[in-house]
Amino acid sequence: MLSLETRIGALALKNPIMPASGTFSEDLADVLDLGALGAHVTKTVTSETRNGNPTPRVCEVRGAMLNSIGIPSKGVAHFLDHVVPFYSQFDVPLIVSISAGTADEFARTCAALDVPGVAGIEVNISCPNLEEDGKAFAMRPSTTEAVMQKVRGATALPLWAKLSPNTGETTEVAQAAEAAGADALVVCNTLLAMAIDVETRRPTLGNLMGGLSGPSLKPIALRMSYQCANAVDIPIIGCGGISTVEDVVEFLIAGATAVQVGTATFIEAGIMERLIADLRAWMQAHGVSSVADLVGSVRDQEAGDGMLLAEGVS
Amino acid sequence: MTVLDAAVKADESVGRFTAFTRDTIVKSNEAVNGDYRLLVVSAPEEILNCTPGQFFHLLCPSEGADHPYLRRPMSIYGYDRARGELQFLYKVTGAGTRGLATLTPGAQLNVFGPLGRGYSIAPDHSRIMLVARGVGLATLAPLAQQARDQDCELVAVCSARSPDMLLSVDLFRDMGAKVITLTDAEGTSGTQNLQHVIEAEVEGQGVDAFYTCGSNRILRLLQTLSRRFDIPGQIALEQQMACGLGMCQCCVRSFDRGGRFVQERVCREGPVFDLQEALSC
Repeated sequence: MLSLETRIGALALKNPIMPASGTFSEDLADVLDLGALGAHVTKTVTSETRNGNPTPRVCEVRGAMLNSIGIPSKGVAHFLDHVVPFYSQFDVPLIVSISAGTADEFARTCAALDVPGVAGIEVNISCPNLEEDGKAFAMRPSTTEAVMQKVRGATALPLWAKLSPNTGETTEVAQAAEAAGADALVVCNTLLAMAIDVETRRPTLGNLMGGLSGPSLKPIALRMSYQCANAVDIPIIGCGGISTVEDVVEFLIAGATAVQVGTATFIEAGIMERLIADLRAWMQAHGVSSVADLVGSVRDQEAGDGMLLAEGVS
Repeated sequence: MTVLDAAVKADESVGRFTAFTRDTIVKSNEAVNGDYRLLVVSAPEEILNCTPGQFFHLLCPSEGADHPYLRRPMSIYGYDRARGELQFLYKVTGAGTRGLATLTPGAQLNVFGPLGRGYSIAPDHSRIMLVARGVGLATLAPLAQQARDQDCELVAVCSARSPDMLLSVDLFRDMGAKVITLTDAEGTSGTQNLQHVIEAEVEGQGVDAFYTCGSNRILRLLQTLSRRFDIPGQIALEQQMACGLGMCQCCVRSFDRGGRFVQERVCREGPVFDLQEALSC
């Protein structure tokens, strides 16, 4: 009997397909059955209201897009009154993505969201650290650990740390998050990038720089998921450029226990539902009966030492 | 990327969902004048439950060096449930519309929609006026049909560079509208003359509501006249979009809501907004 069920620590998911934060909202209920998804992951919420960045907030590059949305947020109070009740109609774990400028504010925001109906917190540590010159928390093991320790002290809910590709210390950051009490890692957020209009010589995004997402990011996110899966004992949730069932399977083989689908939803709004069906068909065709049989099944023993040592995989 | 098969869940999803990803078949795609092309596609019934002012998000084909990755929002020029037809009027300006221009009859075009909040005509309104310029007239075209269906008189004030750039004029006449054309070439499209033309209608047979799209100059004029004569209005606005559904927060614009500035998503809360709340840019 084929089963798509997967497990992220204490959370049992009916399938491994869920949205990536920032590419999902209640609005998608106009298009697909939100009850079919493995989990619901909200857009990042901050304690206070935020307007977000100037427009243009998005531009496209070859095979990908850049965004500098800037985390517009209506604040935690609005979120508790309007967003949490909406998702309570579904039998799907609700994961709330949070962000803050300091570790203490992360903890306060996390505590405020520890309410019935919220199944877990995704800690978006890829955002700028206001106390560290705007460098993202997830760029360094020390700042990652500082935030994760604080939020761990604020809730007993499952905590997912969302890592950033903008670091040279992928495994160290992953291990720091694990040591501080993260229950899972989401790998990864967008890659800092830029585009310039050569006619006007102006940066294409209103905020000058932004995060790259879409198929171009996939090999990087896959490499990081593989590295993290080898470096920690907590589950990995793969994220970055996933748009086909082969992408989903590839992340599972690399070591992810579930995946997040983001930018692909902008191109094909119903893609998550299709990927669930396609995954079932793929597993059937390949004689695979459970997601767990795929997770971490990469045959990497024959790989050369040079490849493994390239960024310190132990 | 493969796109959702038109047949997938088509039956059970109708009624429950409001927007659909569907492959349509190109019927024709011809130039209507020097600048604009009219694309007509045959479309399944479930995506033709449209409101004037709504839009579709088009998956534009790659062509040569152009590889449009994101969809492109396009306002609906016409929709006809009886004929199973959807129409878009567009100007070739970038990678997306260059791709659209290559489509030949029989080709597939994947569309997502209908999306957004469209225009509405109040049941007690009996004479409305639309004022638009250039391609803005395309967005307002379906309003003429709606006005006729609601037995509401329509005055269409159509502005353009030259007479051959006047879009939708025949369509408006066919729908029984009173059409007033103003062009740069004839020296009739200036703001002052436009104001005289509108005032003459308001002070003559009367106007219950204004409808417009796009142009800052027309927006400012209509806001002034709307306040002076206490006539409500609606405007369709544009903004660059990514998802088209409200998820990504890309397409926000600022609005003046009773002196308080708020940001709204053009794709979700719009693209049609209250005339007085819109800010020119």
